[in-house]
Amino acid sequence: MTTLAAFLPELVLLLGSLALFVVTLGEGGVALARKVAMGVALAALAAAILSLDQRTLLFDGAYQVDLFSQFLKLVFAAGFVLVLLVGGHLPDIRQDLKPEYFLFLALSLCGLTMLVSSAELITLVVALELSAFPLYLMVPMRREREGQRVQMESAIKYIMFGVAANGVMLFGMSYLYGLGGTTSIAGLAQALRPMAGSPILIAALALTCCGLFYKLALFPFHFWTPDVYQGAAHETAGLIASLPKLGAVAVLVRVVSLAGPDSQALAGLLALLAVASIFYGNLLALGQQDFKRLLGFSGIAHAGYALIGFVAMDQAGYAAALYYLTGYLLMVLACFAVIFLVSGEGANVRIEDLAGLHRRSPLLALTLLVGVFALAGIPPFVGFMGKFALLKAALHKGHLWLVVLAVLNAALAVYYYLRVVREACFRESSDQPPIALSWPSRLLCLLLIAGILGLGIAPGAVLDTLAASLSP
Amino acid sequence: MSGAFPILSALIFLPLLAAGMAALIGQVRLLRWWTLISTLAIAGLSLTLYRDFDPSRAGFQFAEQAAWIPFLNVNYTLGLDGISLLMVLLTTLIAPLCVLASWNYIAARVREFMVCLLVMEGAMVGVFCALDFVLFFAFWEAMLIPMALLIGVWGGPRRVYAALKFFIYTMAGSVLLLVAIIALYVQAGTFNIPDLMGRPYSASFQCWVFLAFFVSFAIKVPIFPFHTWLPAAHVEAPTAGSVILASVLLKMGAYGFLRFSLPITPHGTQVFTPYVLWLSVAAILYGGLTALAQTDLKKLVAYSSVGHMGFITLGIFALNAQGIEGAVFQMVNHGITTGALFLCVGMLYERLHTRELDLMAGLGKRMPVFATFLGVFCLSSLAFPGTNSFIGEFLVLSGAFSRSALLVLVAAPGVVAAAAYMLRLLQRVAYGGTHNPDHAAVADLNLREVLTLAPLLLLVLWIGLHPELVAGLLRPSVAHLVQQATQAAALAGR
Repeated sequence: MTTLAAFLPELVLLLGSLALFVVTLGEGGVALARKVAMGVALAALAAAILSLDQRTLLFDGAYQVDLFSQFLKLVFAAGFVLVLLVGGHLPDIRQDLKPEYFLFLALSLCGLTMLVSSAELITLVVALELSAFPLYLMVPMRREREGQRVQMESAIKYIMFGVAANGVMLFGMSYLYGLGGTTSIAGLAQALRPMAGSPILIAALALTCCGLFYKLALFPFHFWTPDVYQGAAHETAGLIASLPKLGAVAVLVRVVSLAGPDSQALAGLLALLAVASIFYGNLLALGQQDFKRLLGFSGIAHAGYALIGFVAMDQAGYAAALYYLTGYLLMVLACFAVIFLVSGEGANVRIEDLAGLHRRSPLLALTLLVGVFALAGIPPFVGFMGKFALLKAALHKGHLWLVVLAVLNAALAVYYYLRVVREACFRESSDQPPIALSWPSRLLCLLLIAGILGLGIAPGAVLDTLAASLSP
Repeated sequence: MSGAFPILSALIFLPLLAAGMAALIGQVRLLRWWTLISTLAIAGLSLTLYRDFDPSRAGFQFAEQAAWIPFLNVNYTLGLDGISLLMVLLTTLIAPLCVLASWNYIAARVREFMVCLLVMEGAMVGVFCALDFVLFFAFWEAMLIPMALLIGVWGGPRRVYAALKFFIYTMAGSVLLLVAIIALYVQAGTFNIPDLMGRPYSASFQCWVFLAFFVSFAIKVPIFPFHTWLPAAHVEAPTAGSVILASVLLKMGAYGFLRFSLPITPHGTQVFTPYVLWLSVAAILYGGLTALAQTDLKKLVAYSSVGHMGFITLGIFALNAQGIEGAVFQMVNHGITTGALFLCVGMLYERLHTRELDLMAGLGKRMPVFATFLGVFCLSSLAFPGTNSFIGEFLVLSGAFSRSALLVLVAAPGVVAAAAYMLRLLQRVAYGGTHNPDHAAVADLNLREVLTLAPLLLLVLWIGLHPELVAGLLRPSVAHLVQQATQAAALAGR
């Protein structure tokens, strides 16, 4: 019975996916599929809350249910609800594929929830693939029309890079297995302890991280990001930009801690990647015209910020990184919600298209303002607290230059975020009609604003939970 | 003492609460009255601080403390000393005047404007009350959003440029402040500001921290040559925005020097003092000469601010009791006088829709009441004896003189320039030349406008004739500060 309770969120998602599969076979259409998907998401949220205090090992130790995994499952379930709210009736997905879209969405979420519980390399790979493959399929599901044919190209880029990164990751894992003689992460941690700092272990870990860096869109594994953001439908891009990144960071915590607490070589490597990622993302974002591409490049920079927590290689750093990504999920979803509601038909939104948004819809302008200032790291929003926690953890370990470069980049980044604010709040529109918001959209906007503000002002509970879940 | 009532928290969060209520009010008239009444009530509440403050003690009073984020060791700590008390009172006094000044001037999106104004007030009070460095930084940065919106949405023709420049400049300045805050934490293990003071940090560490502080505060003050955002922002902002910028925001930079640079990094202060002093003198001369050349009334007042702020930093870095006392005096005075001048400029602009000095010539004939107000504020701005600024400027100069006579000698032309540009302004507006533009249709001040300016006029004369009103509050705090800055420096120097 306890096994069932511990496995409840995954079970709900699996059964829900099955139900969605049945729906896709029938003639029920998109309305039914959406209702079922929303029901599954809410049930998963309830299940995640119910199983929050479950602690057990399942399937011969391959599957670890602890506070860490259960808390992140809760975040994923909440994110699932938000993503469904953002996506609405999927106006930009091919008509005949809409029910299947919901099926793949649920499957991908199922993969993510399993990912954070994986305590063994093979399980981890399976969960990672389960979360990734539906995404590969969802990208090209965008409606084809005049001037919007990039979805196929971006889907192929996404798959090719994904498969290549996975290959490298599996190669790294083979080394880990060769060194430790086991695929269990706990077993590896024990077996690898005498080898801490040896070049072969660093190489194996670095290669293993590649697959996760790809999900996180970290330099130099970022090449797919802007194209996929631009090519995929808004609802898909919003998903790709948020939840899988949190999953990747969660797994990264387990992998990086295999190196031992003071591996200078790995810390140096991660610091290098973080700085390169931050600079690359911010500098390229400066010149972007398409809002989604801008978010793509800013996402690369934010991945770099999250990595700062791993450079610290301690609990404070990991907790800060997970907190930051949880906040990032809300911030980026706020931006995507605005994109989705502004574009209506699903066409890509250039930054100039946001002009006069404050007149067309004050609530959307406010949501965008909060989301963008949070991404820029201005208090009292979650983006600031997250950056502060990360920088504090890194400076505590003496990484002064990393911290200085990171904050200088925050000043650099503020320029392109302000460009968005300028269009949305300072410019007048040329006779654009007002945007009428339905009540679920209003609710979504208010939820996101409240989340970004609440997590920024009162981060204590989340940070404490994360820290408690990371303590051995 | 007011017992357990958390008055500082009330002063921070009541404006935010009022802003939340204002967001729900749809009717414009009601909205204006609501904002006015709530800011007046907050000002009234802040007066109890004045009543309950014990001026004989140097430490922080009205202290409040609560755990905020234990994981990061960040606490919610508030408290006031004499210096910050004056700044809080200035802020709460200015807020209702800003509402009055925007009564008819702001016609579009009144609700958003009032919300921004109230949020701004809460954040500004927070900056002066915070005794936790992270809390301080959060208020310090959060303030940028409503301020940039005030400039960018309701400002003049080049508002977008001015708003972005203001935001980017200030934000870029304060990023290194954040690093310094965390670096101090790594050394001392606390974010509590009083606990960070007087610790034996190494000399080179102090120098780096001082520089990080300096960039951030110097941009806010602004010290020459970091001032280029100021004319743009002041000129383009709506009247209320200009008043807030001039009266309160500029003071935050000076407050930062007094609260952080001097007591936390006394050795760094000693090392860099000569450079800052000469930059201050440069600001005095530059501000004075540039103001002399302006034909745009608002630009004139904006550049005069650069000069006045030069006096303030000159007084602070004289590093003696007289200089610092004079500097705090000038912070209050500049807040009152320059705020009043910006209000006057706004009133003229509402009537004439221009800020060109030549087009305003001879207005005194049509607007005698206005000319009287303007006359007193101009005299106060050039530090005429009997007005508030005289005593402050005198203290600053005598403090600086005892440090270096050469400094004061070089700065003296700036004082003369201040008299020149202010009297030129007054002469043009009040009397004009032989051929003045036709102002037959211009009406004198109405009751609302008189009520906006009257409190400031009262303070100009009251402080001018009875300086003990301000001096009594800040003497122990300043003495304590001077002691911290010099004693700890001697310790580190050994």
